[in-house]
Amino acid sequence: MSATLQKNTPAAPDLASALARPPRGGWVEAARAAAEARLEQTGLPGRRDEYWRFTRPDTLTAPEAGTAALLKDDEAPFFGGTDCLNLVFVDGAFDADASDKLEGTGLTIERLADVAATSDHWAQELYGVLEARGQKPVVRPLAAINTARATDGLLIRATGKVEKPIAIRYLRRDADADAMLHSVVRVEEGASLTLLENGPAAARFNSVLEVDLGDEAAFHHIRTQGRDHERREATHIFARLGRESLFKSFTLSANGALTRNECIIEMTGDDGVAHVAGAALGDGASGAFHHDDTIFVTHDALRCESRQVFKKVLRNGAVGVFQGKILVKAGAQKTDGYQISQSLLLDEDSQFLAKPELEIYADDVVCSHGSTTGAIDETALFYLRSRGVEKAEAQDLLVLSFLAEAIEEIDDADLAANINDRLAAWLRRRRS
Amino acid sequence: MAALDAEIREGVDRETVETVQSMAGKYKHGWNTEIEMEYAPKGVNPDIVRLISNKNEEPEWMTEWRLQAFERWTQLEEPTWAMVNYPEIDFQDQYYYARPKSMEEKPKSLDEVDPKLLATYEKLGIPLKEQMLLAGVEGAEDAGERKVAVDAVFDSVSVGTTFQAELKKAGVIFCSISEAIREHPELVKKYLGTVVPASDNFYATLNSAVFSDGSFVYVPPGVRCPMELSTYFRINAENTGQFERTLIIADKGSYVSYLEGCTAPQRDTAQLHAAVVEIVIEEDAEVKYSTVQNWYPGDENGKGGIYNFVTKRADCRGDRAKVMWTQVETGSAVTWKYPSCILRGDDSQGEFYSIAITNNYQQADTGTKMIHLGKNTKSRIVSKGISAGHAQNTYRGLVSMHPKAKNSRNYTQCDSLLIGSECGAHTVPYIEVKNNSSRVEHEATTSKVDDDQLFYCRQRGMDEEEAVALVVNGFCKEVLQALPMEFAMEAQQLVAISLEGSVG
Repeated sequence: MSATLQKNTPAAPDLASALARPPRGGWVEAARAAAEARLEQTGLPGRRDEYWRFTRPDTLTAPEAGTAALLKDDEAPFFGGTDCLNLVFVDGAFDADASDKLEGTGLTIERLADVAATSDHWAQELYGVLEARGQKPVVRPLAAINTARATDGLLIRATGKVEKPIAIRYLRRDADADAMLHSVVRVEEGASLTLLENGPAAARFNSVLEVDLGDEAAFHHIRTQGRDHERREATHIFARLGRESLFKSFTLSANGALTRNECIIEMTGDDGVAHVAGAALGDGASGAFHHDDTIFVTHDALRCESRQVFKKVLRNGAVGVFQGKILVKAGAQKTDGYQISQSLLLDEDSQFLAKPELEIYADDVVCSHGSTTGAIDETALFYLRSRGVEKAEAQDLLVLSFLAEAIEEIDDADLAANINDRLAAWLRRRRS
Repeated sequence: MAALDAEIREGVDRETVETVQSMAGKYKHGWNTEIEMEYAPKGVNPDIVRLISNKNEEPEWMTEWRLQAFERWTQLEEPTWAMVNYPEIDFQDQYYYARPKSMEEKPKSLDEVDPKLLATYEKLGIPLKEQMLLAGVEGAEDAGERKVAVDAVFDSVSVGTTFQAELKKAGVIFCSISEAIREHPELVKKYLGTVVPASDNFYATLNSAVFSDGSFVYVPPGVRCPMELSTYFRINAENTGQFERTLIIADKGSYVSYLEGCTAPQRDTAQLHAAVVEIVIEEDAEVKYSTVQNWYPGDENGKGGIYNFVTKRADCRGDRAKVMWTQVETGSAVTWKYPSCILRGDDSQGEFYSIAITNNYQQADTGTKMIHLGKNTKSRIVSKGISAGHAQNTYRGLVSMHPKAKNSRNYTQCDSLLIGSECGAHTVPYIEVKNNSSRVEHEATTSKVDDDQLFYCRQRGMDEEEAVALVVNGFCKEVLQALPMEFAMEAQQLVAISLEGSVG
């Protein structure tokens, strides 16, 4: 694989020249400058880059966000029934009035915009640092530009077992908004935290989340990306795992013209566990649907376990992409790596493009990957119909059972049930 | 072989390790033949291209075709995407044409060939005599009337082709490609470069410009080729690249099985081998192409060896056409090879079976492409990579289902095994599915052997591991048995290798 991007000469004005640079000064300045230098070196991704083989980055790198029609009603968040610390961003800007106070037990939580100008901060050791580590061996310029230019986001530090999940709602009011947020999460040794995210954020959303897990720390992350059909989104999660730590992330994506979710996980402590899962449903009839999951898991410690479970249901010209890689470094013995990417194509027009990679330098490991693509199983459909289940309902049942393996990655039963209801509702809306 | 002497861990049996070890340690074809050679000047340029064309007494259109390819080559860049590392190749510091002096006048029959050359092939176990079977093949007495026709290529020229007369009776043309360009220009003109275009990729383009010889096969409609055809490639001269070109045409309803073997002497400097194989398969025809690649792999410190940069492609043009690639890759310092199938005709089929073994500092980046264009096309990929010492072994493949390839099927399985902690095994599959009536399955675990077979073994009292090992071993044998008899000897050594403890 080519380690660097083809340098794209900026003939036309691009995002980098269109975006304002944040004010100078404060602890964050050095990290921003380093990211700026990385960006300078690589340029923004272009169509010819191998890492963007299946997804066109044009709308993500264009100077303007472009318009994305607003969904008529705000979606009720999937964590509505759960007691959370609720935070709200509107078009990428923090809405203090709609949010709870930034405080909690076993927790410090601050806005990047509020503390960026101070001279010292605990996040200094992480901001842009995990992102920079994730730039090898493949560059991720959309994350670098985020580190360099984002002016807001959350800096969350869990020092104990945080009972109440932190729940972020990303609302949209402006059809043309371009949002960029950079958040850092540090879960200290033995501490635990749950982060929930919901909503479309903006017409175009670029988000970076850096997560650092101390020894025996646990982090649960569940998000549902907005249902706005025309929204475009590029998200990055960079996670570094300490000894015996647990990282679990699940993403539900229904709709969206373009979604690129990258998750870069580095297992640096022995006996760590990382699970990353996703369920995506796309219907090209309501506009374009292109969904790309790009995962890179590095095993650099003993006896770690990683799982990647990605399921996609596609119809009417929807496109699903999966690029997943497990890298087992020399010495990372007893690694258990698992990767599955499956897609269900509900009609002749949809596409699934996948590149499930393994790169292994240790001899005592178990790594497996599987990838399948196909239509709904006619035999199963026939069975259900022979039991008196109507065709559309039978099909929905089979879709839900297909997605179940990904949903099972959510530990909280209530949240999992809520996600499942959402899937069922999405399917119902499309029955005709 | 320090890495192999290390304690053998659980799950990999000693036999496997020893087999790999025995195959690695000594390269038995490393001797060279003392023979007077004539060379073209070092380097490559339009004059060299003309000279090669001239030596082969080619018509003007062929020279022109080569020159265009050369022109194109100068604009191309060497590919860097493969997971292989090697020092930069100086394309001007090697010979592109070398032939034994005695071959200046093309011998009219095998009787006229220089005895030294005949002795070379005799020593390699490929006697150029029209005998019933290749010497040394076990079970020969049961083989009855089996015959193998051989085209022997020594550096840049074909030394001779056996059984030509008998094949001619059946209507099969089997000769060197230089002879085909002279004797059957209409066929060559019609098919050459239609599967692998002259501008296809860096190495194929270089080959198009400077290929010196190779084999040509034409099987007419409805003919089942009466014997196995084979080409044996020997690189002998130092600092010389071998660029051979093979063109196989299986006309409607025909069948042919073709074998390819290759060896080279042990030398300290790396040598380039850039071949192109094109196969055209018309309606209802079937081609089996088997390779045992045993080029000199370099010594245990990674010095010397062959850089094997090969483009092989089969085009199933007609409906129900069928192609099967089987390869056992044990040699070469660097391998860059992706035998591919274009499944254009409806109901056509492509199969790819590969066992790649790398040891010491060998690097292999190999795999296949299955391009499904026609309806109801089927493909199957089975790849086993074994890596030991400091070697790197990569499977790289593409399965592409085009929108019109309705009801197509692909099944891919690639397993790798690492022996020692200094080596690497990698899998880079690309899967592109553009219609929903097709099924694509890719898996890379030994535990996913057929559940029914496992269940059968288990209910006979075997434990899980034993059952898996039995099924996987049986399966591996099945692949090897797909190889024609003549390769059985080399292949049998590999059968002992179990894939227990293998990783993705």
